[in-house]
Amino acid sequence: MLAFIKRYWLVMRRPSVHFSLGFLVIVGFVGGVVFWGAFNTGMEFTNTEAFCTGCHEMRDNVFAELKSTIHYTNRSGVRAKCSDCHVPHAWTDKIARKMQASKEVWGKVFGTIDTPEKFRAMRLELAQHEWARFKANDSLECRNCHNYDYMDFTRQSVRAQNMHSTYLAGKEKTCIDCHKGIAHRLPHIPAGAAPSDTPGQIVPN
Amino acid sequence: MQNRSVMFYVGAWLVATCLATWALVAAAAPTVVTDAARGPVPVMETTKPPRLGNAINDDTRRPRNHETQPPTIPHRIDGYQVDKNFNRCLDCHARGKTDFSQAVPVSKTHYIDRNGKVLEQISTRRYFCNQCHVAQDAAAPLVDNTFKGDGPASAVPARKP
Repeated sequence: MLAFIKRYWLVMRRPSVHFSLGFLVIVGFVGGVVFWGAFNTGMEFTNTEAFCTGCHEMRDNVFAELKSTIHYTNRSGVRAKCSDCHVPHAWTDKIARKMQASKEVWGKVFGTIDTPEKFRAMRLELAQHEWARFKANDSLECRNCHNYDYMDFTRQSVRAQNMHSTYLAGKEKTCIDCHKGIAHRLPHIPAGAAPSDTPGQIVPN
Repeated sequence: MQNRSVMFYVGAWLVATCLATWALVAAAAPTVVTDAARGPVPVMETTKPPRLGNAINDDTRRPRNHETQPPTIPHRIDGYQVDKNFNRCLDCHARGKTDFSQAVPVSKTHYIDRNGKVLEQISTRRYFCNQCHVAQDAAAPLVDNTFKGDGPASAVPARKP
């Protein structure tokens, strides 16, 4: 093994015999552009709605729920697609999230949530992952569109003004603390199961 | 032979009666079936529904018209999830949450079951808020009415939230 590596190390170190420096530079440059473009295009493809809803787990559960919410249909027609909220926009964070998401391929292959029953059983855990992620990055994906600095409180309802000018302005809370379940239905949240103060509501029997 | 002849006359009479009835029905103008609840639009046609309004969202508490009236909701509740998993109303209005949310707490009576037992959480029979409490549209009344209510003097005053 060591000898193998050594041999290739020597090949790599040796100057090129057959190819000119100009050829290597140009091929390297063009090859780099093609590789980078293909890589990013491929990754952007995994950010499309068509890709996300290509699996019935997404299409029939969470995507179906999204459709009646304001993030999908509203008066002005601006809308968020899956990746707008669930994938960070900055490149390094995006790569990190995509690597994490490779676990979801495992889940798809082994049918972790391939029936509505399995999905319901796992829903709280899956939601908790997202809540924890939003809590940790200060609701970054919300703030990609909803920028606190440009909120006009005078155009908000009184109760929204009260909440935003205290809890949000004081950085005591972040978006997800209050705005859970705005794009999907909430599962039953037992006491203490949410990262913030949505109390475990004891639904009466 | 005698029997058969009688049968023949009976049969002929039946056929004639049927034909006459059909002729009468066909001659009459086709009746248009309407339903009072749908207005003058015939049952077989689609009604033109009125425009959807936006519920009033001014967060100003309205006085009640009589003592036992469930207070109306002074804000929009579009898309609020109220089901066996989650109750979005209680997310702010539950008595445990009002310190944080500054919302009007749910009445204490809503924590009592039908046997008079005081519960830790909202009573089952009070769980579906929208059965009694509704948001309001700024719409003109569809029909005139002369309901006066108890009047402002006895109207339940708005509590400080």
